[in-house]
Amino acid sequence: MVYAQPGTDGAVASYDSQYENFINGDWVAPEAGEYFDNPSPVNGQVFTRVARSQAVDVDKALDAAHAAAPAWGRTSTTARARVLEQIADRMEANLEKLAVLEAWENGKAVRETLAADLPLAVDHFRYFAAAIRTQEGTSSQIDNDTVAYHFHEPLGVVGQIIPWNFPILMAVWKLAPALAAGNCVVLKPAEQTPASILEVVKLIADLLPPGVLNIVNGFGVEAGKPLASSAKIAKIAFTGETTTGRLIMQYASGNIIPVTLELGGKSPNVFFADVLEQDDEFLDKALEGFTMFALNQGEVCTCPSRALIAESIYDEFIERAVDRVSRIKTGNPLDPATMMGAQASNDQLEKILSYLEIGKAEGADLLIGGERRIEPGLEEGYYVQPTVFRGKNDMRIFQEEIFGPVLAVTTFSDEADALNIANQTLYGLGAGVWTRDQGTAYRMGRGIQAGRVWTNCYHLYPAHAAFGGYKQSGIGRENHKMMLDHYQQTKNMLVSYDPKPMGFF
Amino acid sequence: MERVTITDTAASLVEKLRSRHGPLMFHQSGGCCDGSSPMCFPLGDFLTGPSDVLLGTVAGCEFWMSASQFAYWSHTHLTVDVVPGRGSGFSVEAPEGLRFLIRSRLFTDAETEELQPVTPG
Repeated sequence: MVYAQPGTDGAVASYDSQYENFINGDWVAPEAGEYFDNPSPVNGQVFTRVARSQAVDVDKALDAAHAAAPAWGRTSTTARARVLEQIADRMEANLEKLAVLEAWENGKAVRETLAADLPLAVDHFRYFAAAIRTQEGTSSQIDNDTVAYHFHEPLGVVGQIIPWNFPILMAVWKLAPALAAGNCVVLKPAEQTPASILEVVKLIADLLPPGVLNIVNGFGVEAGKPLASSAKIAKIAFTGETTTGRLIMQYASGNIIPVTLELGGKSPNVFFADVLEQDDEFLDKALEGFTMFALNQGEVCTCPSRALIAESIYDEFIERAVDRVSRIKTGNPLDPATMMGAQASNDQLEKILSYLEIGKAEGADLLIGGERRIEPGLEEGYYVQPTVFRGKNDMRIFQEEIFGPVLAVTTFSDEADALNIANQTLYGLGAGVWTRDQGTAYRMGRGIQAGRVWTNCYHLYPAHAAFGGYKQSGIGRENHKMMLDHYQQTKNMLVSYDPKPMGFF
Repeated sequence: MERVTITDTAASLVEKLRSRHGPLMFHQSGGCCDGSSPMCFPLGDFLTGPSDVLLGTVAGCEFWMSASQFAYWSHTHLTVDVVPGRGSGFSVEAPEGLRFLIRSRLFTDAETEELQPVTPG
């Protein structure tokens, strides 16, 4: 069974023909009355149009958020947690619809949205509902008559700018902790994927007081920049690339507000010789781990896009690994059997193709793939073959985030060499280590300069496992209760219970 | 020997954008999503500094990159091109339905000998 295109006969869900901004609990047209087209990467055809907002619309959303902030910030954690649980329940009850809608907008395989993106998003609201109810302040006895109390307080109104690779899940990673902590939010989705998150908002709008959550759509330069540079936000959170990350820090410096940034990586996936010691389930798992570069068409900040393989096992391992890659089922993203769908946009497709050319020009050996992929019946869609190159770690395909299903493979001689190559990158977001030896796993895990080292696994994103970057990969840790700290002020009340003067004056 | 150049189509787009935004600059991005793409900003909007290098000027725009990234890019010649797309970040061409894109080729040995050093920021 292949899911029907949203809005056609037999479809489980449909998109509206036009979307407005969501401000103060209402659907509000942009002041300038302009909209932009939203094409599906599956077939390249426009399926809806979305508000093209400007600074005036962002300001309206910020004012609504400020009006709502005092009351929302005082709402009990019990009540806020209940709202988050209700949001989770509502999304779960509509999981299949949202999964199909997100696949159509982003191009990813519906198999992934059904099994990962949406279940994780649902769970994320539940996790932060629990986290906020169990969060405690502290009281410390400084001396017999003096006590330091520490209270958590919301920041107030925060801005969030969301990427297009997981349009719903990445929004939820930012929304759940912010709302749980008692903040009001103005969120700008990516202009490539503005509509699926608005379908989530349609479902949950009645659960939140007006102004607590506001969504403003538009282009980065027209809507994102006024949001990031506004004096009306107390914090800005961004997932994206380094230049915009720097620009956002620069704007934040003008207002002296904190930022959290997640800016990607070039994650090493390291395979030690002992993975081949036995032909068993673990070897099968390691080969699957190698193939994880194709998850979400490689459009994952932690894509394991560099595979480092022990040279003593290279020939046998790569033969089996490339065979596994050759069995990736590509096709219509709405077919639940399809493992790899379309790239999210035409410019993304063009960028990936340009890197395939660079890889060839730099003399990397092409082991499989390397071309654009044409899907029958979906000729205008944005598809690429899963591609594996062998080369050297200083080549550009080893150093730059291609954000496509392109793997760069090299070999290492021993553990020290593996660690050295793994760390020869500007980034430090994710990494994978595959070995049957726990000592090797521990030393590598501690030695790799990355925020997340998957050990004998890859691409798991459970709530309660911190996610964030070392080096140029960003600032902050999402996906864990520690993210609450990034959305809270610490109030210290230093109280003296001693009636006597200090005696200074 | 120049390190970076621009196609005629991309240069025409720069002209059009300049009439709306005033003087412009490029900064090459890295990292995820729309990373590995050149970002075009009103001149001075993006603060460059000692962590950046200036590779050259294209269509009247300075072209910058972080020095750490340049360490891996220095052996390649860059051409700023443009493709239909839905750019992100705060690059000024996105509302046009177009996206600047970098095309790269290796410098020949002869070209490498003629390369001028980049200018630190």
